[in-house]
Amino acid sequence: MNNLNETLIPKVGVITDVRIDTPDIKTFRVVTTDGEKAFDHRPGQCAMLSVPGVGEAMFSITSSPTNEEYMEFSIKKCGCVTDWLHQAEKGQQITIRGPYGKPFPVDDVFAGKDLLFIAGGVGLAPLRSVINYCRHYRDRYGKIDIVYGSRSKDDLLDYQEIIEEWQKDEGVNVYLTIDNPQEGWDGHVGFVPNYVKELSFDTNKVAVICGPPIMIKFTLDGLCDIGFDKTDVYTTLELRMKCGVGKCGRCNVGAKYVCKDGPVFRCDELEELPDEY
Amino acid sequence: MRKCSLDKLDLLLGEIAKSNELYLPVDDSDGSAVYKKWEKGTALSDALNTVRSPKDFFFPQTENLMEFKMQGKNIEIIDTRSELEDFVIFGVRACDVKSFEILDRVFLSEPVDSYYAMRRSHGVIISLACTRPAETCFCKTFGIDPASPSGDISAWKTESEIFFEANNEKGEALLSSLGALLQDCDNEAVEAQKAKINAIMDKLPLKNLTTEGFGGGKTAELFDDPHWAELSEACLGCGTCTFVCPTCQCYDIKDFNTGNGVIRFRCWDSCMYSDFTKMAHGNNRLTQKERFRQRFMHKLVYYPENNDGLFSCVGCGRCLAKCPISMNIVKVMKTIGGDKGE
Ligand SMILES: Cc1cc2nc3c(=O)[nH]c(=O)nc-3n(C[C@H](O)[C@H](O)[C@H](O)COP(=O)(O)OP(=O)(O)OC[C@H]3O[C@@H](n4cnc5c(N)ncnc54)[C@H](O)[C@@H]3O)c2cc1C
Ligand code: SF4
Ligand code: SF4
Ligand code: FES
Repeated sequence: MNNLNETLIPKVGVITDVRIDTPDIKTFRVVTTDGEKAFDHRPGQCAMLSVPGVGEAMFSITSSPTNEEYMEFSIKKCGCVTDWLHQAEKGQQITIRGPYGKPFPVDDVFAGKDLLFIAGGVGLAPLRSVINYCRHYRDRYGKIDIVYGSRSKDDLLDYQEIIEEWQKDEGVNVYLTIDNPQEGWDGHVGFVPNYVKELSFDTNKVAVICGPPIMIKFTLDGLCDIGFDKTDVYTTLELRMKCGVGKCGRCNVGAKYVCKDGPVFRCDELEELPDEY
Repeated sequence: MRKCSLDKLDLLLGEIAKSNELYLPVDDSDGSAVYKKWEKGTALSDALNTVRSPKDFFFPQTENLMEFKMQGKNIEIIDTRSELEDFVIFGVRACDVKSFEILDRVFLSEPVDSYYAMRRSHGVIISLACTRPAETCFCKTFGIDPASPSGDISAWKTESEIFFEANNEKGEALLSSLGALLQDCDNEAVEAQKAKINAIMDKLPLKNLTTEGFGGGKTAELFDDPHWAELSEACLGCGTCTFVCPTCQCYDIKDFNTGNGVIRFRCWDSCMYSDFTKMAHGNNRLTQKERFRQRFMHKLVYYPENNDGLFSCVGCGRCLAKCPISMNIVKVMKTIGGDKGE
């Protein structure tokens, strides 16, 4: 029986690098004890990380599948597992299982289209995987616009990568914004939903929104105001999860389990679900 | 069809127990029935059904999943799953046999839950037709026939005899192994017994309860029904209904620090609990109304939507008997679905 695959039994992972991104977000690099990637994944999928004795929690795999060496997770400190991880050093072992969830339709729906990514706070974590996937296969996609906002300059995730790589790419435009004016910041100031409306993108593209629930709601309304159709807008949901495979009964919205039918949803599909997320 | 006289039942059970662990409903000291392991002298309970459902056999209330050994920064994962021996559950009612099919669709769908699958593959189920269905029974609402229970082997008890019919190879193998203790017979007595049971069913108060108005695709219609508020008003959120329910499947995964390692285990959880969906940024089911609605929408709408119309209730009546405020799925079905019962 021990040879029977069991999704609940994780693998041992090793933290090989810890990057401090913001005052409460760190990005962890993880490989197996053999120094390899724990498993293959698609952009938008998640993994369960755990610290035995502390707990298990779901995180977006923020690195792109095109990175063949390791996986990365951007983790915000907010409870037992995340507090513990924030104290962990290089070489610390954790456990990892996955991948879980339905990915973004990068190879069909997104192919050949102009793309608009909109993120708030740690919501950039799942989008970074897609953005870097699309940058890797640059010729498969049209123009890429990225709107990203945070409370302050110090709260912007992946700032170095955005400045040094994304902004320098041809056909990629990055629009950063922070909630309030701050010394040393000469960029845009204001909330993401308003900024998106101001930027008044043409609507012939696919949009992806990721962030806190309230930001998603207002941004979606804003996109609809400027003429986007909900069938062209994708987002991700975040509900409490335990199993990751639609069995523990925890993460459903109506008849859909976010862990297995999501976390990626098209906004018109989302609208069909009861308002309980 | 094979049979044996009731005064030989003890011998028969003893024979089964020689090669398999055997469990059956037994009278507890307080008069209710519980599943116990058979030992010499253990008598089959005459009660209609057990207080706890037999889901424990395949999905125990708590179960260890794995262990971890930790040393410095290193972790070792120990797979603690071990091979099981075959076991036999005797006397499972038609409703409870059906509940296994409902749980199977959850735990045996991809990715298969190996803990459940292992128990399920080693369990042999001998069902037993009901002789005295009670006022709280409404299995027929869900298309279950208490006079013809399924399982690996079906059994019927009359005043003086007990009859067996194997439904598959596993069942046939077990019956054959009992050799001369069983005699071949026709099904006349069983047919008469079935007619008796059905006559009782036709007089039960819930005989007209219907699932009309429920099923997959009804979310938009039923989710905002104004009656959820009054139905859930007195609910204590105690979770009793979910624990006694043979089809409730929600679980939690937790870690226990033993002092020289960590045991990761799972245990039943309940959508009726206030912290079930609690998150750092809030709770998507804030009041008992939402949690209460989830339990019944899941059984009557969401589950059927994902499982070819199969409902996730078998009408066993346990929640009717056990809820401290006398709330239950029957009241919900009559109120939300429009009063078509009684
Ligand atoms: C699909 C998905 C993807 C996610 N991706 C990321 C990511 O990339 N980066 C990141 O930092 N976080 C992510 N999260 C959120 C992360 O799972 C939770 O913040 C995490 O569970 C907290 O674990 P903890 O042990 O530190 O907190 P706990 O000590 O368990 O809890 C602290 C608080 O968080 C609540 N909580 C428990 N589970 C969740 C949950 N799933 N979501 C939110 N709150 C929860 C608790 O009820 C409590 O109020 C994701 C969640 C989901 C469902
Ligand atoms: S909901 Fe009540 S009647 Fe239905 S299966 Fe569960 S305990 Fe039995
Ligand atoms: S319905 Fe009854 S048994 Fe179920 S949680 Fe509410 S009070 Fe408890
Ligand atoms: S996390 Fe268990 S059902 Fe989704």
